[in-house]
Amino acid sequence: MPEAATLPTRKDEAWRYAAVEALTTLPDWREITVEPGDCFNECLIIEDKEGAPATEIQRIRIAIGDGAHCTIFGVIASCDYARVELQVTLGRGAHFEMGGVTVGGRETTREFVTHVIHAEPEATSNQTVRAVHWGQGTGNFLGNIDVVRHAQKTDAAQDFKGLLLEKGASVNAVPQLEIFADDVKCAHGATVGQLDEAAKFYMAARGISPELARRLLVQAFIGDAYVEMADEEARERLMQVALGKLDKHL
Amino acid sequence: MLKIENIHAVIDGKKILNGLTLEVGAGEVHAIMGPNGAGKSTLAYALGGKPGYEVVEGSATFMGEDLFEMEPHERAAKGLFLGFQYPVEIPGVSNVQFLREALNAQRKTRGEEALSGGEFLKLAKEKAALLDLDMEMLKRHVNVGFSGGEKKRAEMVQMGIIDPKFAVLDETDSGLDIDALRVVGDGINAIMRAPDKGVLLITHYQRLLDVVKPDKVSVLAAGRIVATGGPELALRLEEEGYDAVMADA
Repeated sequence: MPEAATLPTRKDEAWRYAAVEALTTLPDWREITVEPGDCFNECLIIEDKEGAPATEIQRIRIAIGDGAHCTIFGVIASCDYARVELQVTLGRGAHFEMGGVTVGGRETTREFVTHVIHAEPEATSNQTVRAVHWGQGTGNFLGNIDVVRHAQKTDAAQDFKGLLLEKGASVNAVPQLEIFADDVKCAHGATVGQLDEAAKFYMAARGISPELARRLLVQAFIGDAYVEMADEEARERLMQVALGKLDKHL
Repeated sequence: MLKIENIHAVIDGKKILNGLTLEVGAGEVHAIMGPNGAGKSTLAYALGGKPGYEVVEGSATFMGEDLFEMEPHERAAKGLFLGFQYPVEIPGVSNVQFLREALNAQRKTRGEEALSGGEFLKLAKEKAALLDLDMEMLKRHVNVGFSGGEKKRAEMVQMGIIDPKFAVLDETDSGLDIDALRVVGDGINAIMRAPDKGVLLITHYQRLLDVVKPDKVSVLAAGRIVATGGPELALRLEEEGYDAVMADA
C-alpha cells in the first residue's frame, strides 16, 4: 500500500505529537467489517511482556454496517512509543463505543488516534479517553469526527481527560470536529489536571496513606473510560494492566 | 487525651492561631464557640494536618504522642477523627470502597487484621441505621450529589464505622434541619460518649449543645481561647452574644 511506503512526519496532523523518530516501518491497516445488525467487541492491550518491541503501532480500519454495534476498549501501558489508530466508518443507525487509557512515565509516548466518520444518518458514537502520566511521559489523544452532509440525526461524543502525576509529564488533546449536516449532536471535551489535593487530604484524614489515596483516585479517574463495558472480567483485566503499571513505577 | 499548648498557626503567611492552649480529657466533650474568622476551622485543620496549615510554634500531644510529628493518615490511625465542615466529594470512589479502604488502612497501621467484605458491610449497615442514612447512599460515590444534610450524616456514619478515640467536629451541625440535627447529635452521643473517648465540638449554635451536652465550653477569638466554662457559658453566649462575654473575659 502506498500509504505505508513513506513514513509520516510531525507535519502530518495525525502524527503531530507522535514519536516519529522511533518509526522504521508502518504496519498495514487491519480491516474489520461489522455486517449490518451484527455486534463486534474487542479489547486492545499493550502491556509489558518479555521481548516486547520498543515501538508498537496498531492501525485498525472498521466499517460498521447499518444498525451494527462495535465496541473497542483498550489500554496502552507499554513501549517507548505506542499508538492505537482507529478509523471507523458508521452506517445508518450504527453505534461505535470506544474507551481508552494511556499510562506511562520515563520518556514514553503513548497515544490513541481516532477518526470516526458518520457517513450515514442516525448513527451514534461515544469515545472516552483517559491519560495518566508521570516522569517525562506523554499521553496523546487525537480525535477526529466527520459528519457528512446527509448524516442527519448523528449523535457523537468525545471526552478526554489527562492526569499529570508529576512535573515533567504531559498530555496533548486534539479534538477535531467537521460537521456538514445541520441536524446533529456533537459533543467534545478535554481537560488536564493534577490529583485533587482536597480529596487526598480527606482520604488522609480517614487514615488512607498518600500512596493508597493516589491509587484510589487514579482508579476512579481511568474507570470512566470503561463505564460502558459490559464484560466485568475484561474491564477488571484492563484496569489491572493500567494500575499495575502505576504500582510498578510509583 | 489532647493537650494543645500555645500553638501558633500560619496560612498563606497570615497568622490565624495565636497562642492557643486547650486540654480535653478522656470522657469529655469540649465545645468551641467563637465568632466568624476566629480560627475555629484552622484549629481543626491544624490538628488534622492539612497541607498549608503550618504550625510555627507550640505543641499538641495526642494520647501521649507528639501530634505534629505524625502524618495526617497516621494521626487518623492513632484514633483522631476530623469531621469536615465541607465534606469533600470524590467522584468514582464509592463510600463503601472508601470506608473499607480507610478502616483497613488504619487497622493495618495498628497491626490489626483487615475486615472482610462481609464483616465490613455488616458494620456499615449498623452505623448507617444509627444515623438514619439509607444504605443505598453508601453505595454511591463519596458525597457526590449528597445534599448538605446528607453529607453531614454520612460524615457521622464514617465516624461510626471508623470508631475513633477522639473526634474534632468542625461545624457538623451547619446545614442540618431540626430533625437531622437531633439524629446527628444522638449519633455523636452514641458513638463518642465513652469514658475513654473525647470530642472537640466546634459549633456556632446552642441547639446542637442541647443534644450533645458539653462538659466544657470555650470561646475562641482572634486565634486564642479567651474564656472557658461549663455549659452555662454557651447559654450566656446565646443570650448576650460574643462581644458581651468577651468584654468580661
